Amino acid sequence: MENSEIVTVKDLIKRYPIGKGEFTALNGIDLTFGTGEFAGIVGPSGSGKTTLLNIIGSLDIPTEGSVVVLGKSIRELNHKQAALLRRKHMGFIFQTFNLLPVYTVYENVEFPLLLLKLSAAEKKKAVMDSLEWLGLTDKMKSRPAQLSGGECQRVAIARAMVKKPELVLADEPTANLDSENSHHILQTMENLNKDLQTTFIFATHDDKVIKYLKRKILIEDGKVSADDVITN
Amino acid sequence: MLSLKLAWRNLVGAGLRTWLNVIVLAFVLFMMIWHYGILDGWNYQANRDMQAWEVGNGQYWHQNYDPYDFFTFEESHAKIPEVLQKAISDGVITPILISQASVYPDGRIQSMLLKGMIPDQKVIAIPSAKLNIESEEIPVVIGRRMAKNCKLIEGDVTTIRWRDINGTFDATEVKIVKVFNCNVPNVDAGQMYIHIEKLREMMQAPDEATMFIIGEDFEINETVSGWEYKDYDFLMTEMNEMMKMKKVGGSFIYVILMLLAMLAIFDTQVLSIFRRQKEIGTYIAMGMTRRQVVSLFTVEGAMHAILAVVFIAIFGTPLLLWLMSIGMTMPAGTDDFGIAIAETIYPVYGAGLIIGTSLLVFVITLIVSYLPARKISKMKPTDAIKGKIQ
Repeated sequence: MENSEIVTVKDLIKRYPIGKGEFTALNGIDLTFGTGEFAGIVGPSGSGKTTLLNIIGSLDIPTEGSVVVLGKSIRELNHKQAALLRRKHMGFIFQTFNLLPVYTVYENVEFPLLLLKLSAAEKKKAVMDSLEWLGLTDKMKSRPAQLSGGECQRVAIARAMVKKPELVLADEPTANLDSENSHHILQTMENLNKDLQTTFIFATHDDKVIKYLKRKILIEDGKVSADDVITN
Repeated sequence: MLSLKLAWRNLVGAGLRTWLNVIVLAFVLFMMIWHYGILDGWNYQANRDMQAWEVGNGQYWHQNYDPYDFFTFEESHAKIPEVLQKAISDGVITPILISQASVYPDGRIQSMLLKGMIPDQKVIAIPSAKLNIESEEIPVVIGRRMAKNCKLIEGDVTTIRWRDINGTFDATEVKIVKVFNCNVPNVDAGQMYIHIEKLREMMQAPDEATMFIIGEDFEINETVSGWEYKDYDFLMTEMNEMMKMKKVGGSFIYVILMLLAMLAIFDTQVLSIFRRQKEIGTYIAMGMTRRQVVSLFTVEGAMHAILAVVFIAIFGTPLLLWLMSIGMTMPAGTDDFGIAIAETIYPVYGAGLIIGTSLLVFVITLIVSYLPARKISKMKPTDAIKGKIQ
């Protein structure tokens, strides 16, 4: 199933200024991700997983090297072009859900579509489909404060999936969830990956997530120390 | 459009915080409209009353006449010019003869102006027709303020003294046949109205006048030899200048009220930007440009002003209309201010006042909302998502 390259990372170095010196978060990363992958970047805290995910997600830029996502070089994109790339082709799932607190579930899921200038009917259908995939139709009028952690993360997944993006980046998606909810969420994402051929890239150190991955990339001290394809 | 839609959702979602800001802003807007309305109403009534009672549609003054210098009065009267005779006969212009005099109410002495008028004139509202009343003493008309100062009432007889054009003093008894009520102190305080023919006789100045008041339907001729034409705007200059001063004075109150309201908006905006960092990061992650996020927060702030206008339109309009119907009763003592003030001032809310004030509040709110929102463009999205920015 995995064929064309969706993300290409070459000689990626990311340094952050710390005081008068610099901290190297990523040091010479080379990776490629194909369409429909269900891959995870794993490693201990501070190893550079989130930094890599942020750069792939065009939320940050490389210090050296190149990252090409869907044919666009992240280094060469300005703020607006990066925003357009995220808007049209990417979905994000965060550890702390990052739902908009004053919006209902429906409005949260609808939000990415508001930026895409779809017709009202198209928006409604997409939101309802997404809510149905995630089993949230009965919660669509609730606000995030009225939901459990698992439900919140399902809303976040629905929001990430509603525009059927080519790429979903999930940063520690199960870190705030119990075991049962984690498995439920991961099964959902696995099904979406199968049904829609969406590429999922996780940043995680959670064993529950790692069990579901089809590819595991281990990062230690800013370097890739292992890249294994898992076959069941 | 997107900003408006999202801003509206955010404001509604913010609940009480939004409505508190809107109410503060609406209160400021209401106060500004009402207070300016009172000043405009006062200005309108004063203009109307001064035109009706004092200035007419303009005046001709004798070339030596200076209303602020009583010493000029002796030299500031002359025969009625030929060119004005017909207009006087037609009743579209009326002559006034002015003389310095003294009144002796209850043995006291008080300076005043004696003004001779044609009893049948219809140019100004002074009830001069009462001067036709037959009486043993000379009938005179005075205003409420003059009556109060001299402790005179209708029917009282008092002594007046004047000087004729040859400088000879004389005195006689006059009878107060009417005390009129008027909002224009300039035609009331320290003045007594008498039949013009009687005054001419007393002053030995037959067919003379000091000034002419122009009524409607008079074709103005600006060059009448020996007489200076004073148009309506000139005669209203003092009043208009005073109203401008009043508005400037009132502006200080608005500035303070506006500062308080803007502080609330600014505070809300600054707080929003720090409290809603994750939200801002999420917007950016989902594909909003920084400009769109800045625009969203600016519109959100400015929408307080729009909501305040809507709030005023719904709840303030009936209140403003009610205040317009009952007016504002001026406290006792305002009679002594020396300016035209009605007993009750009815506010006037023009479209210009309402639109202008609303626009002013909107523009200031927009600026105050934009200033903190600019900070968003400097945020790193990766830090914003985590709520890390201090």
